[in-house]
Amino acid sequence: MAEDQGQARKRSSEQTSEDAEVETTEVSEADLSEVDDLLDEIDAVLEENAEEFVKNYVQKGGQ
Amino acid sequence: MAIRKVIGTETEFGISIRRQPDFNPALASALVVNSFPGRRIRVQWSYEEESPGRDARGFGVPGYDYSDPDSALVNAVLSNGARFYVDHAHPEYSGPECFDPLEAALHDKAGELAALAAVERGQQTLPDGQSLKLYKNNSDGKGNSYGSHENYLLDRATPFGQIVRHLTPFLVTRQIYTGSGKLGSENGRPHADYQITQRADFFEEQVGLETTLKRPIVNTRDEPHGEPGKYRRLHVIIGDATQNEVQNFVKLGVTALFLAAVEDGALPDAFELSDPVNSCWQVSHDLELNRPLELAVGGSATALEIQHHYLEWLTKYAESELDEPVWDDVLSEWEAILADLERDPSSCADRLDWAAKRNLVDAYRQRDGLDWADPKLAAIGIQFHDIDPATGLYHRLVSSGRVRRLFTDEQVAAAMVDPPERTRAYFRGRCVSQFEEAVVAANWDSLVFDIGEPHLKRIPMMEPLKGGRDLVGDLLDSVETAAELIQALGD
Repeated sequence: MAEDQGQARKRSSEQTSEDAEVETTEVSEADLSEVDDLLDEIDAVLEENAEEFVKNYVQKGGQ
Repeated sequence: MAIRKVIGTETEFGISIRRQPDFNPALASALVVNSFPGRRIRVQWSYEEESPGRDARGFGVPGYDYSDPDSALVNAVLSNGARFYVDHAHPEYSGPECFDPLEAALHDKAGELAALAAVERGQQTLPDGQSLKLYKNNSDGKGNSYGSHENYLLDRATPFGQIVRHLTPFLVTRQIYTGSGKLGSENGRPHADYQITQRADFFEEQVGLETTLKRPIVNTRDEPHGEPGKYRRLHVIIGDATQNEVQNFVKLGVTALFLAAVEDGALPDAFELSDPVNSCWQVSHDLELNRPLELAVGGSATALEIQHHYLEWLTKYAESELDEPVWDDVLSEWEAILADLERDPSSCADRLDWAAKRNLVDAYRQRDGLDWADPKLAAIGIQFHDIDPATGLYHRLVSSGRVRRLFTDEQVAAAMVDPPERTRAYFRGRCVSQFEEAVVAANWDSLVFDIGEPHLKRIPMMEPLKGGRDLVGDLLDSVETAAELIQALGD
């Protein structure tokens, strides 16, 4: 497992240094729209009443 | 040569019942533990071998309450060798003894799955509208902290003072890759909008026995759970409960490697901090990772610089002393994390919980123009740790492919049922599966059987590495009853 991941990491860092100039704009727009999608998805599962949720999250008796 | 660093992790889960703010946390925790649907036995946990008041520096605490009647209420031992029980007002999962850091990271993840399975079943007993929730975090943001502990097997021959001296700067500086991130600060520490760890604000001593008050960076609890003349069990209480599998692997692996090198005398004594307690929260509050920490010999170094030195020394140590590939994996993941933290911490969001949570909170602030004090951000800070894949925000990152994993769902599910095969957890877990009726009491280093004779039979397991499949697998396959097992062990 780790061998594959090590190779993947090397490849991606080589690619970044060679192609950084060309791809930056495109990638960040794609990233932004992906992040928006993620936030929309999280909006759907987030506790409805954040204030009440945070206020009632109290934990006693821990190490 | 250092002894093998057998590793186990403990997680105290935060608990809540939504829309039932005055719930009783001890009873809710008991409901969770009793609802675990898998194979397990409810046993008396035998405390005679436990002594949380015994101090590694060689003295005990007079009047320390060694017994804990509350936690005797609910105690289960699972077929994977783990203990799942109520510790005060939290469900606690203590994973089985593992042979290496990869296995320990897998079993830590399996603990989340076991807790989730218990919650889903416990939920069925609650009235409509109420919702039972567990959180793998370490702080409620109101000054209450609960633990995530790591345990490493040490050689009793290594002087404890040597361990403390080396370990203090290591534990303080490793926080840059062990944190799960927190909004705000607690316990009277200076204001922070966001910080790297959940726990750092709570550490008030360099060395000590306590785990609930005046928490020490190096905990001296001396319960070896093994042959006391040969072993110590180092109880590390300063880490955060983390969900990222790579992060857990690196946290456990680097610490195990570090301890082996300390035992072998392979580390220079270079980084004594002038003020370890204040350095602790300072590292956690330093999101730019560039704050210098004063050194006792004069001069200063940042946490990142100190960790780079440890990386160099431990790489050399591993090259000369260790030949298992798992240590190469630990070192290469660690090296990549340190390099990425130096370049741009947000690039570690796929491997470090604190970076992932920070990116998420930043994205919300930008999109909605929120102030740091907005309760919505605080809610995100808690819900990041919700163990339910449907509502937990870490799980949303996993399902959208933003987080790297080391294990498949199938591997995690198997680890919830099957014990590690190369430690005594194997014997414990197999006995739970095979002799459910006969095991009446358990501890990490013994099992007690009732085989219908006038006296109970106690099987000691004082060697953490004995009791694996190689030693007892065939024996357990060949016996039908606990009485046959006891007889065969006596022969």
